[in-house]
Amino acid sequence: MKREDIIKPENKVAGKPRLLNDKDMHYCPGCSHGVVHRLVAEVLEEMELEDDCIGVAPVGCAVFAYSYIDVDWIEAAHGRAPAVATAVKRLHPEKMVFTYQGDGDLAAIGTAETIHAANRGENITIIFINNGIYGMTGGQMAPTTLEGMKTATTPYGRNIELNGYPLNISDLMTRLDGTCYVTRQSVDTAAAVRKTKAALKKAFKNSMECKGTSVVEILSTCNSGWKMSPVAANKWMQENMTQKYALGDLKKND
Amino acid sequence: MAKIFGAVEINRNRCKGCDLCVEACPCDVLALHKREVNERGYLFAHVVNPDACIGCGACAAVCPDSCIEVYRFVESLPRAEFKNNIVKEAKIA
Repeated sequence: MKREDIIKPENKVAGKPRLLNDKDMHYCPGCSHGVVHRLVAEVLEEMELEDDCIGVAPVGCAVFAYSYIDVDWIEAAHGRAPAVATAVKRLHPEKMVFTYQGDGDLAAIGTAETIHAANRGENITIIFINNGIYGMTGGQMAPTTLEGMKTATTPYGRNIELNGYPLNISDLMTRLDGTCYVTRQSVDTAAAVRKTKAALKKAFKNSMECKGTSVVEILSTCNSGWKMSPVAANKWMQENMTQKYALGDLKKND
Repeated sequence: MAKIFGAVEINRNRCKGCDLCVEACPCDVLALHKREVNERGYLFAHVVNPDACIGCGACAAVCPDSCIEVYRFVESLPRAEFKNNIVKEAKIA
């Protein structure tokens, strides 16, 4: 069969979603942010939420999320995305409101906002990109950095006595009464990407039905921060990150 | 029974040459260019083995820059014909 006969619009099974702009992303080659951006755009498109959703962009690598996904966005101060999302959702209860945050934004600077928004049970979705490092500022230690992991500020590896234990914030969130769905996924393989998409869909659905706060943590790679190739970073993540941060649904209220 | 034909189209100038699609492909259809670079200076992914593609979409699923489009055509054959084809192919081999 000829290539021209296969490449027809009716045979298309995957490609760039309509809601993703043509603008080239500023992310490093192999960065997981690109995959998650595409998934968010795909899910919003499939759920027909493009006119009824408001995203809250963080400070961090994903600070320009608003210029890549063609929906309404608000830019929040560092770590304050859940607080801003609370206000947006209360003023526009019919809209689907989600935040998109990294681990430095959500687990360090915005811990209070995140935990209190989840504890109040605000009907928002928090998309949490966990790569264990401050990627944007040059690879410094984040609260989620693993024990022994080398970063710019822990060149000999994270020392528990000096720097404390890695913070497993999604496990904390499962203990709060306000959360309805807490899950941890990854985007390293095609199968994992499909699971993450299903998780995002469920979380957005929960937000629309006002069931409480949904948290979708996505284990990601920061290959330039980790000083690895994208393929090696995925492998390292599978071997090390999943030990501390186990994949799967952590809490599900149906 | 059915026979599956797949094809991928890569937007070479959007590609950043991260190699994730090459790793994800179960049929070794893709590879990074060894010498040529795109307009942004990256070695880009291209199709080296087009006939092996089954249109599974694994490459597009892991692509961070959404530069891969996947097409799949499923040719349905009656059961008897499919069996005959297999027998013929086996004999030729």
